[in-house]
Amino acid sequence: MSSLSRDEVARLAGLARIDLTETEIDRLAGELDVIVESVARVSEIATPDVPATSHPLPLTNVFRDDVPAEPLPVDDALAAAPAAEGGRFAVPQILEED
Amino acid sequence: MPGRHAAGPSSELTRLSAAELAEALRAGRVTSVEVTQAHLDRIAAVDGAVHAFLHVSAQDALATARDVDARRAAGEELHPLAGVPVAVKDVVVTKGMPTTAGSRILEGWVPPYDATLVERLRAARMPILGKTNMDEFAMGSSTEHSAYGTTHNPWDLERIPGGSGGGSAAAVAAFEAPLAIGTDTGGSIRQPGAVTGTVGVKPTYGGVSRYGLVALASSLDQAGPVTRTVLDSALLHEVIGGHDPRDSTSLTDALPDLVGAARRGATGDLTGVRVGIVDELNGEGYSDGVRARFDESVALLREAGAEVVHVSCPHFGYALAAYYLILPSEASSNLAKFDGMRFGLRVEPEDGPVTAERVMAATRGAGFGDEVKRRIILGTYALSAGYYDAYYGSAQKVRTLIQQDFAAAFEQADVLVSPTAPTTAFRLGEKLDDPLAMYLNDIATIPANLAGVPGMSVPNGLSDDGLPVGFQILAPARADDRLYRVGAALEALLESGWGHPLLAEAPELPTTVTVPTTEESIR
Repeated sequence: MSSLSRDEVARLAGLARIDLTETEIDRLAGELDVIVESVARVSEIATPDVPATSHPLPLTNVFRDDVPAEPLPVDDALAAAPAAEGGRFAVPQILEED
Repeated sequence: MPGRHAAGPSSELTRLSAAELAEALRAGRVTSVEVTQAHLDRIAAVDGAVHAFLHVSAQDALATARDVDARRAAGEELHPLAGVPVAVKDVVVTKGMPTTAGSRILEGWVPPYDATLVERLRAARMPILGKTNMDEFAMGSSTEHSAYGTTHNPWDLERIPGGSGGGSAAAVAAFEAPLAIGTDTGGSIRQPGAVTGTVGVKPTYGGVSRYGLVALASSLDQAGPVTRTVLDSALLHEVIGGHDPRDSTSLTDALPDLVGAARRGATGDLTGVRVGIVDELNGEGYSDGVRARFDESVALLREAGAEVVHVSCPHFGYALAAYYLILPSEASSNLAKFDGMRFGLRVEPEDGPVTAERVMAATRGAGFGDEVKRRIILGTYALSAGYYDAYYGSAQKVRTLIQQDFAAAFEQADVLVSPTAPTTAFRLGEKLDDPLAMYLNDIATIPANLAGVPGMSVPNGLSDDGLPVGFQILAPARADDRLYRVGAALEALLESGWGHPLLAEAPELPTTVTVPTTEESIR
């Protein structure tokens, strides 16, 4: 299995939307390399004939009747927001300007 | 009780089990205000040394206690545990009470709703003493990954209390609370139980609602009781367990009779019960003291009439590897909600345009600790294009094989047993720089989470280093009652040999009065 390079860690941190310092990238690259090498052994027994399991117990989808109910009051929902305006969450610009 | 803690009427109350407190309250020998205040006093005295609590909700707890006392005085029919206080792990949301999950990113967050299990504690009128410390987002086995300082093991303050629920286990072991709530994704209830000499139960997956738990890995997470006796765990499990329509993975079956099973087990008769020793969860990597106590406990079960057999679970050796692919993958998705937009921390980038995407990255960079970053990036890798089949896909196949191992083993035995953790509590800082060594603590507890089966850790003695050891019992899904029967039997047999509960041997804690007893956060 391929080893985890410094560049790869930086790319993954970008995908995961986590700013890392240069020091963090260096340290994580070393640590993750060891961990990945260790967990890669799952492939030793994961042969094509073995079905995958995503969940511990068999589940079926759950439906409920569409009954109107009292939602969380807007003020409660916004109480912990970093910023709010006019009964809504106020967030930074989502799209880059062109 | 031959305790070595300070004597006095108030400290006597903190030594009682929840079942004993419930009986004293019912009989009118004591009030809930007295019981609750005794525990708040104990927290004030010892939590400066233990640091089990992140938040003490004294006013809220005393208000509940006063209400219970008034209702009881008026002759109202109350829940059996009404007035018995409980501590709640900080990963469970509590309306009007701070919830951080041990993370800087949620510092100061006060949830606008209660988790279902908290609603049930409140409906039973159990005073909530506060929120307990934990590894950040429940990622860890030592509570050292909390953003708010580590919790200390009451048996030796220089050692870890286990994790991620070290706060709940330490609170109960230090007599700061008779009962606590934990969550167990790979052993976070059972391993802290083992290293602190307390009882911890991970119910069958879906047995306790996950609504209102800050999710780590949704296919593995399960909340459960943390207590000093097996009967107390059964009592608390019956309060919080049962179907919840707000959790789509919640079991619809009625809970088995857990309290009845614990009482039956306490007679010490296990005639006809088949106990399977899992050969793969013993031997290499397990310390001599842990193995010696395990063998002694198995001998006790045999004397109690159990039929002891050896079972083989050949794929358990791959459980840890599969777990550290499945957990980070699910966590990387679950933790995407911490984006600095709707609640919690928001950090703006130091330079460049302030866009939502850059704010999210800056917020997560500043708000997440090392272990959380490590696991999110590992999960992102395992799920990324080109690697998915080799890592996450293979791990899911291993999960199938582990479930098949359990199914075969439970054809030969009614319960499976092993040591809960391979060693006793290690020193603070000892494994902090070696993530892989830290992960090995959960080697015996992880298979149960991958298969969704219930597990319990019962304290079964001290190792040669004088530190507690835990005995793990596993049962088939939905057969949680078997844990309580066998666990209570082992507890009764062990305590009749010792002449007292194991925690009576814990050293006296240094007392300070540094912790506020008013409604206030400790940090």
